[in-house]
Amino acid sequence: MGIEIRGVNKNFGDFVALQDIDLSIPSGQLTALLGPSGGGKSTLLRIIAGLESSDSGTIEIEGLDATGLPAQKRNVGFVFQHYAAFKHMTVEKNVAFGLEIRKKPKAEVKKRVAELLKLVHLEQFSHRLPSQLSGGQRQRMALARALAIEPSVLLLDEPFGALDAKVRKELREWLRRLHDEVHVTTVFVTHDQEEALEVSDSLVVINEGRIEQIGTPDDLYDRPASEFVLSFLGPVTRLGDKLIRPHDIDITRYEHAATASGRITRWTRVGFEIRLEVTPDDVLHPDPVQVILTRTEATALQLHEGDMVWLRPRAGAEAALAR
Amino acid sequence: MASRLAQPRTTGTYVRRLLVVGYLFLLVIWPVALVVQKTFEGGLDNLQTALSDAVVTDALQLTVVVALWAVAINTVFGVGISLLLVRYEFPGRGVLSALIDLPLSVSPVVVGLALLLAYGGTNGTFGPALEDAGLQIAFATPGIIMATAFVSLPLVIREIVPVLHEIGTEQEQAAKSLGAGAWPTFWRITLPSIKWALVYGVVLSLARALGEFGAVKIVSGNVAQQTQTATLVVEQKYQDFEQGSAYATSFLLALIAVAALVVVTILRPKDDTDGD
Repeated sequence: MGIEIRGVNKNFGDFVALQDIDLSIPSGQLTALLGPSGGGKSTLLRIIAGLESSDSGTIEIEGLDATGLPAQKRNVGFVFQHYAAFKHMTVEKNVAFGLEIRKKPKAEVKKRVAELLKLVHLEQFSHRLPSQLSGGQRQRMALARALAIEPSVLLLDEPFGALDAKVRKELREWLRRLHDEVHVTTVFVTHDQEEALEVSDSLVVINEGRIEQIGTPDDLYDRPASEFVLSFLGPVTRLGDKLIRPHDIDITRYEHAATASGRITRWTRVGFEIRLEVTPDDVLHPDPVQVILTRTEATALQLHEGDMVWLRPRAGAEAALAR
Repeated sequence: MASRLAQPRTTGTYVRRLLVVGYLFLLVIWPVALVVQKTFEGGLDNLQTALSDAVVTDALQLTVVVALWAVAINTVFGVGISLLLVRYEFPGRGVLSALIDLPLSVSPVVVGLALLLAYGGTNGTFGPALEDAGLQIAFATPGIIMATAFVSLPLVIREIVPVLHEIGTEQEQAAKSLGAGAWPTFWRITLPSIKWALVYGVVLSLARALGEFGAVKIVSGNVAQQTQTATLVVEQKYQDFEQGSAYATSFLLALIAVAALVVVTILRPKDDTDGD
């Protein structure tokens, strides 16, 4: 059940967008397709929705073979990055669209639209046009519109990509809560690893048309299957001959059993965070090591740019990948 | 509007304005005003004479019928061809797009001649066969409608195509994913989005159709009270020293076109901001 994708391939001319994709997306979960731009994740989502056709392979949605079905018969809710609001219709009419197409009785449509607008907190905007709404409000309207048809799956294509950072964060949390309420099988595409880690139940990392890894956010973060997944899910640096997250490095001004030692050659402060670059003395590993620590820690350690420091993995840090 | 700069007014501003207004005045306003003035020189006499002349009223009637048909044809095909040009990839699309502009660049007289060659009753390519089937095209209303539709075809398409490009396909895709098939998507989403471009195109074609002269003159045969349109009447009356009727008819033609433009300008929503 859920969504079953078998052997899907897609080429655009010479460009291989998707290569032999096999994927099971479980029912009722919030799954993120994560990957860099142009990696094929949006194409996969559009193939699930029927907005794009695959060259080969099959798609099954909730036990129903959807491979040959046109988009309008798949009963999927789709939310676009740029909202795709029907500009000439009021918020209410936008949300009612799918129900009116299905020729539902007027009273039922009215009731359902009112419920949905309440769910997305747009009750007081029902008579406005999309152009009179903010980006975040428009995207919530688009979500209500997609949910109105009681879709078997809800697909979101970079839903918060066009919004500013603050609204994006709010909507992300709101989407998580909404999903906990509605429980519809949801797949969303994002290139923002923080968004994927925070919101999703399970993550599918897609790069260059292939699936790199599938798992829970914790799985992927702690046990990445490849260097690509490791570096895509967060910053990573090389300490000695191991790859490690910059905040998992212990830094001191006193000599001790260290993996590397060197001088602080760069010092960048971003709010509470301090990002350092330490250039090791070790001629075998001369590349600068990135270290991240909080401002409080840096102050307590009395660190300054140019200081000689010793580095080692913190206790409890798993050196992610030995390469 | 961002494209308008708020600049301090200088002598240059007034010189530029004077140039524009002067140009428009000498080229458009003054000559047209003269037609109006001549029409009403003897009070309403000219209009009354013209409107009681069966030649003029028949011609006006024919013009309106022809214009309405031509506009109707152009609206349907204009929307269809625009959708084809913007939404579909097919071999020969570039050629089609270039062909659409042909009626604007080719002299209407040539258009008339071409139609006569194709549909002429005695020696046209299709003419004799159609005439045997009981359909006379050349020297009859169908021919006049075809000539008029031909010359005004690009006006609807050139208005709609940029708008179709601008709105993109996302709204249509959204409608599709919500369960709407091709027709409901067109009626509920595409058509309302291009509504104003279409209305504007229709009004421009109407104005053009009312005023067509060259192509119609050749195709129609210019028979008074049968195939003579209003523009042809204007020419004939002017040459027959019935200037009063010529002015009055010209005035009526101009009046309909201007009225259509004014109505659209009033109806068109001022706040044309998009919902993005």
